[in-house]
Amino acid sequence: MHADPWCDLPDELPPREPEREERYTVKLEVFEGPLDLLLHLIKKEQVSIYDIPIARITEQYLDYLRRMEELDLTIAGEYLVMAATLIYIKSKMLLPRDQGPMVEAEEDDPRRELVERLLEYQKYKAAAELLWSKAEREQAVFTRGRVETDDANPEVNATLFDLFRAFHRAMERLKERQELAIAREEITMAQKIAELQARLEREERVDITALFEEARSRRELLILFLAVLELVRIAVIRVVQTERFGRILALRVRASTEIVA
Amino acid sequence: MRIEDLKPILEAVIFVASEPISEEELARLLPEADRAHVAAALEVLRREYEAEGRGLELRRIAGGYRISTRPEYHEYVRRYLKTQPSARLSMAALETLAIIAYKQPITLPEIQEIRGVNSARAVKTLLEKRLIEPKGRKPVVGRPILYGTSREFLIHFGLNDLSELPALEDFQELGSESS
Repeated sequence: MHADPWCDLPDELPPREPEREERYTVKLEVFEGPLDLLLHLIKKEQVSIYDIPIARITEQYLDYLRRMEELDLTIAGEYLVMAATLIYIKSKMLLPRDQGPMVEAEEDDPRRELVERLLEYQKYKAAAELLWSKAEREQAVFTRGRVETDDANPEVNATLFDLFRAFHRAMERLKERQELAIAREEITMAQKIAELQARLEREERVDITALFEEARSRRELLILFLAVLELVRIAVIRVVQTERFGRILALRVRASTEIVA
Repeated sequence: MRIEDLKPILEAVIFVASEPISEEELARLLPEADRAHVAAALEVLRREYEAEGRGLELRRIAGGYRISTRPEYHEYVRRYLKTQPSARLSMAALETLAIIAYKQPITLPEIQEIRGVNSARAVKTLLEKRLIEPKGRKPVVGRPILYGTSREFLIHFGLNDLSELPALEDFQELGSESS
């Protein structure tokens, strides 16, 4: 009769609980720190922040750290300090309080300091969310396009990173290419700057990304990159982009700009 | 100059200004006009922008006036500009910024005390984005740098001044409701 206990299984087993499965998915929420994690646990457990069931919350807190460990995530020192604090509070709560009547004043509560920190932190967390929504609105607001007299062009600052990115990309590409150069060309930065300036005399704008791509050796690329940075620094050129992540162009800074402005 | 004459002049100047332009600066540009008239004209202009169903708005930002597009049309503006919204600030940076905004001037150790985590990187990011700036040093051991919000902060978050931020106590109520 009971020869094969497995054959009955499909009928007798209740449908698999979805909860069980979830427990094994490798998903861990990210928190901004131990206080953020504690607030999350308090909310999840639907307990009052003014009367935290320390034992339960400590248990869950440690459980979270354990799961972080399982995922090989480095646990920041602050989390461990908080774990120690929680355990300390828990042990203090287990100790018999002073016998005197009415001594169970709030000041006696070992949780008091922690609760105050949580309340304080919670306010700033809410303020941060307000800032987020304000920034969100401002993201959707545009001022008129910049006119030529705008000398303080923030695009230049932003594109220094893009410039580096373009340089880096060209560098990567060079790595793949086999170098066949036999004679070692000894171009100096001064020569490169002169070369660039001569080109800018002839052309209104020079495509820097293309120049990077044309570089034949890592040395030439590096010198070119430094030359561009130097020209930006001494304000001979401006680097601009017509769109994000687009090609980077060098524009001659016209001497007349100052007069116009 | 009458208010009616001042209005279009002010509008033209605000339009070309690359940054919010203050009432003082506008008044300086118009020595022929009465200062009170400039103020009144600005107010009338602002209300007109508010009332008419235009794509632009005239707002008070960082103590100045600025003409910008209305947020509800951003999709179309982006279609034309072919841009993506720029990278948002991380929660860590926003928390740090909120603390600085409300407790300025404040030092890094004080920020970390509130957040309970190392915040050096967040402060660095905020400095790089020029949303905060050093405001001297605290006369205690180690003389740590004091940080405060910048003019760029007001512009970034569309604020005229810091008093436009709700009181911190109001957040407390919100917070305890949700927990």
